[in-house]
Amino acid sequence: MISPRYAREIPQRYRLEAGRCTVCNAIYFPPRLICPNCKSKSFEEIKLNEEGTLLTFTIIRVGSEKFSKEVPYAVGIIELKDGVRLTAQLADCAVDKVEIGAKVKLVFRKIQEEGKWGLHCYGYKAILI
Amino acid sequence: MIGIVGYGSYLPRYRIKVDQIAKQWGADPESIKRGLQLYEKTVPGLDEDTITISVEAAKYALKRARIDPQKIGAVYIGSESHPYAVKPSGTVLIDALGIGPHVHVASYEFACKAGTEAMFVAYSLVKASEMDYALGIGADTSQGAPGDALEYSASAGGSAFIMGKENVAAEILFTNSYTSDTPDFWRREGEFYPRHAGRFTGEPAYFKHILNAGKNLLEKSGMSPKDFKFAVFHMPNGKFPQEAGKKLGFTKEQLEAGWIVPWMGNTYSGSSPTGLSAILDLAKPNDKIFMVSFGSGAGSDGFIFQVTDEIEKVRSLAPKVKDMLDNNKIYLDYGEYAKFRRKIILNE
Repeated sequence: MISPRYAREIPQRYRLEAGRCTVCNAIYFPPRLICPNCKSKSFEEIKLNEEGTLLTFTIIRVGSEKFSKEVPYAVGIIELKDGVRLTAQLADCAVDKVEIGAKVKLVFRKIQEEGKWGLHCYGYKAILI
Repeated sequence: MIGIVGYGSYLPRYRIKVDQIAKQWGADPESIKRGLQLYEKTVPGLDEDTITISVEAAKYALKRARIDPQKIGAVYIGSESHPYAVKPSGTVLIDALGIGPHVHVASYEFACKAGTEAMFVAYSLVKASEMDYALGIGADTSQGAPGDALEYSASAGGSAFIMGKENVAAEILFTNSYTSDTPDFWRREGEFYPRHAGRFTGEPAYFKHILNAGKNLLEKSGMSPKDFKFAVFHMPNGKFPQEAGKKLGFTKEQLEAGWIVPWMGNTYSGSSPTGLSAILDLAKPNDKIFMVSFGSGAGSDGFIFQVTDEIEKVRSLAPKVKDMLDNNKIYLDYGEYAKFRRKIILNE
C-alpha cells in the first residue's frame, strides 16, 4: 500500500513545488531543509516552469511489472527553464522520434496504478513540443 | 455581468480512423462515414483518464482567466468515466492546480450532459454571490462495446469553464433545462460497456430533449435563431446535431464552427462544451452563441452566451481546439486501439 507516501509527494508530483533558498537563490526539487550550497535554512516555495530541454534519455524495452505493457518508452533527464533537472517518462511519442536537445513540456498524467483495486497514482510526464 | 472568465480544452493526441474500426468488424467504412458523418476519433493514451484530461483543460482555463486559483470556490467535474467509483475526481484536480483546500468539490454524472450540469451549477453559485469564481468541467474517456455502433464515435477529451463576474469573456444571458425519465442509454453498476436502445436514442430521446430545451430557451429569451452567430448541440455523431439545428431553424453556417465531431468523435460530457470552446476560439465581441447539451436518461441543458471584448485578450493565452484537432496526431491501428482502451483481457 503506497497511499501515505503517495500523499506526501503530491506537492512535487502534482504541482512541481520546489524550494528556493532565500540567501543564495539555489532551487531544490524536491525541497530541502538545509541548503547544501550556503547552509541556510530559509526557503521560499516556488512552482517550477513546465517547459524545458531533454538532456539525455534511455529507451526502456523491458519494463518493470507495472510498466511492462507500455514498452518501448523513453525516460529522460530534463532541464527545465529555471535550471532544475528532473527525470521523467516521455509520453505520446514513438521512441524513434526522441532526440537529445528536444524541447519538452511537463504534463499531468497517470504514472502507475496499484493493480485493479488500488490507487491511480498521478504525476508529471514529458511530451515533445 | 456573469459568465465565462476562462475556458480551456484538452484533446489527446492519439486517433483511430473509422476505416480501421470498420475493417475489424467487416463493415463498409464509406457507408458509416456517410451515415454518421464521422471520420476519426480521439483515443486516450494508456496514462490518460478523465482526471488528467480535466487537469489539462482546467490549467488552460486558468491561463485564460488570469486569476489566483485560490479564489475558486467550487470545482465540479461532469463525466461518465470517473476513474474511481468511490473517490471524487476533483480532489486530484484541486491539488494539481493549487485550488483550495477551502473549496467545494463534487463529481457529477448524467451521461453526456454531466459537463453542462457542472457548468450550470458553477454559474448559479457565482450568480447567487456564494463565491467569486467556480469551475465547471465536462470530460470523458468514453467506451463503446467492440463491434457496437458506439465504437465509431466514443472518444476522449474535455473542456473547463471558470465562471465569474469580473473580466467576463462570454456572458451567460439565459439558461434552460428539460428533463424526463427516458431509458435510451444506460450502464449498470459493474458493467464495462453501456447499453443503448438503438433507434429509440433518436427521436424520443436526443431530439425530444434538445428540441424542447432549445424551443423553451428561445421563448424564454425572446430571441430567434437569426439573432445568433453560432449554435452548438450535443454531438453523438455528425448527423444528429445538424438535424437538430435545422429543426430549430439554425443554418449550417451557424453550426459549422462548433461541429467538430467528424474529427474528434463523441467526447460525451465534453462534447458540446468542447464545441463551445472551439466557437470561443474564433468568436468576435457581441456574437451570440446558442448551446444545448444532451445526456441520456435523459435531459438537455441550454445556454445563451454573448461574447464580450475580453475574448480578444484571452483567446491566445492557451491552445485552441482546432490546433489540438489538427496537429501532433498519432494514428493507431485497431490492435493498438484495443490495447489502449483495455479491451484485451490480461492475466492479473
